[in-house]
Amino acid sequence: MRNLVRTYATETRLSIVLALLCAGLGIASGDFLTLANITSLFNNNSVNLIWAVGLLVVLIAGGIDISFAVAASVVQYIAVYFFAAIGGGNWAIGFAFAGLAGIALGCINAALIHGFRLISIVATIATFNAFFGLLMFITGGVFIYDLPDWWTSRIIVFEHQAANGTWSELSLPVAVMAACVAATWLLIKHTNIGRQLYAFGDNPEGARRAGVNIGLMQFVAFGWMGLMAGIGGLMQVNIVQEVVPNALIGRELDVLAAVVLGGARLGGGRGTVLGCVLGVLLVAVTQNGLNLLGVSPYAFKMIIGAMILIAISSSSLSLRLRVKREI
Amino acid sequence: MANLIQEVKRRFGPEVPPLLGILLLVVIIFGIASPRFLSGANLGSMAFQLPELGLLTLAMMIPIISGGLNLAIIYTANMAGLTLAWVLIHFGGPDAGMGAFALGVITAIAVGALAGAIMGLVIAYIGAHPILVSLAMMIFLRGLGEFLTRGSDISGFPSFIAPIGHGSLLGVPIPMLIFLAAALVWHIMLTRTRHGLSVYMIGSNIRATEYSGVSTKRTLTLIYMMSGVICAIAGILMLTRFNSVRVGHGEALLLITVLACFLGGVDPFGGFGRVVAVVIALLILQVLSSGLNLLDANQHLSTAVWGLVLIGVTVVRAILPWMQHRKKGGV
Repeated sequence: MRNLVRTYATETRLSIVLALLCAGLGIASGDFLTLANITSLFNNNSVNLIWAVGLLVVLIAGGIDISFAVAASVVQYIAVYFFAAIGGGNWAIGFAFAGLAGIALGCINAALIHGFRLISIVATIATFNAFFGLLMFITGGVFIYDLPDWWTSRIIVFEHQAANGTWSELSLPVAVMAACVAATWLLIKHTNIGRQLYAFGDNPEGARRAGVNIGLMQFVAFGWMGLMAGIGGLMQVNIVQEVVPNALIGRELDVLAAVVLGGARLGGGRGTVLGCVLGVLLVAVTQNGLNLLGVSPYAFKMIIGAMILIAISSSSLSLRLRVKREI
Repeated sequence: MANLIQEVKRRFGPEVPPLLGILLLVVIIFGIASPRFLSGANLGSMAFQLPELGLLTLAMMIPIISGGLNLAIIYTANMAGLTLAWVLIHFGGPDAGMGAFALGVITAIAVGALAGAIMGLVIAYIGAHPILVSLAMMIFLRGLGEFLTRGSDISGFPSFIAPIGHGSLLGVPIPMLIFLAAALVWHIMLTRTRHGLSVYMIGSNIRATEYSGVSTKRTLTLIYMMSGVICAIAGILMLTRFNSVRVGHGEALLLITVLACFLGGVDPFGGFGRVVAVVIALLILQVLSSGLNLLDANQHLSTAVWGLVLIGVTVVRAILPWMQHRKKGGV
């Protein structure tokens, strides 16, 4: 038990903070610990979580990706045209197409980073601008509401009516989110490639000499991010039932903050799926709780920003103290 | 000619001649493509548009040279603009006097410096990653600004501040003069002062710098504080140019400033970068944007072209040494 706590220090701390927060909110607001609120919390954060686990893989491999939210928008638009061209489509085609299109966009990043030795932040800021500019230029910024029925229909995977008649339900994006989280966990924790990703992120040169295929790692990491970006984009349309070119822009930095809050390190080699999920949940629960307590929505960002600043400072501080003690 | 290039390289750095070449190329292309490109009106409007992005790029530049990044620049500028707006409105809005404006400018700069100093202190003394610290600060400042303004515009300022955003002095737009002055100060600071040398040293190897007796903590704090101050100046300029303040104004410029720094040859890992090259990179971006605009393309195409130019330039920079190596008969 002590070993577990020590190995997963960030995760333990986050769990405790999250549990305290939930308990406090449960006491302060009667609406917080209801099934309806908890299910809507998951419904509303499924897309962020899908992206978060994708970004986690990139961060573990020592990279950073700024372009994924824009990539998701690009996938949405080309999917609209693709589905129109084939006359409708269905979920299977939808997932396959969005996934492949996302992977293709991720591989552009990987090709730039590996092929030309660009730094990942330079490459993804460049592709961010190139993707977004071209998307807005080619589409003219139009919103699309005329979408295939299967894409916008609400699919309920779980529903429950409480005694007082309120419905709580989990929709398709939550199930897809669960699958993405599980798949990412399998990839990084239980495959050979996952171990290589950690090794590569921690020490690229050391990993290369140990026989890790560096190029493959870049393509796996950014391809996985692309896959998650594409699937997240597909799910976002299912939730909001429209395609808007600039709706997702700006969310990449919020997701990045949440993932880093969950213990992933910029610079690579560290981070777990559990921590990543807890990081996203902590931000989501805080926002939800402030909402239920009647705090002005304009104050949310301020409080969350301060919270992240304190969290980052305290974890860096404790890390440094430990390093000093070991010396 | 070759001597001239050598001389430019020696004085301003090896990345300057290629960037000047690109600048010349795009000017010639747009000059041929559109007769209005080299007209006084177009050059004038370019000179009014450039300073806003230019000042923010300078604010992004020194943190990058020191091996960090400052993602909070836009909202630091917004908060400084808001501060000035409040002081002006407190002293009567359109009827506020010169004294109120001076006081507003000083408090705005103080707010910018404070936001930067907090980031610098956390980065220097706690050792958290600059991207994370400035990201958290960005989210915080955006929230603070939205909380205080409820997302609305603030306007109603005295008319005497308009010339700062719209006026010209001896034919040169005043915003351009402010930007050139800031760039000159930055150039002198980086090349002629102890602080500037420390910035480069920290970017190259912070531990070695610390062991060589430089107070890295103080230098880092100062770096982010200076970045905050120049953001505040950009925020004041935005207020006078648009005659209003809104939180989120200029949001799209955040990543463009990083792009401009990288295009200007600033090393993403820190340690290298020159003001002259970054200014030329900014000119290239502005010429591309204005030129495409004259050809009836929209702003979004320029954004795409900026991204593609950055990819192109960095790719060429990456493969050039390799090609020269091969030509000399190496492995």
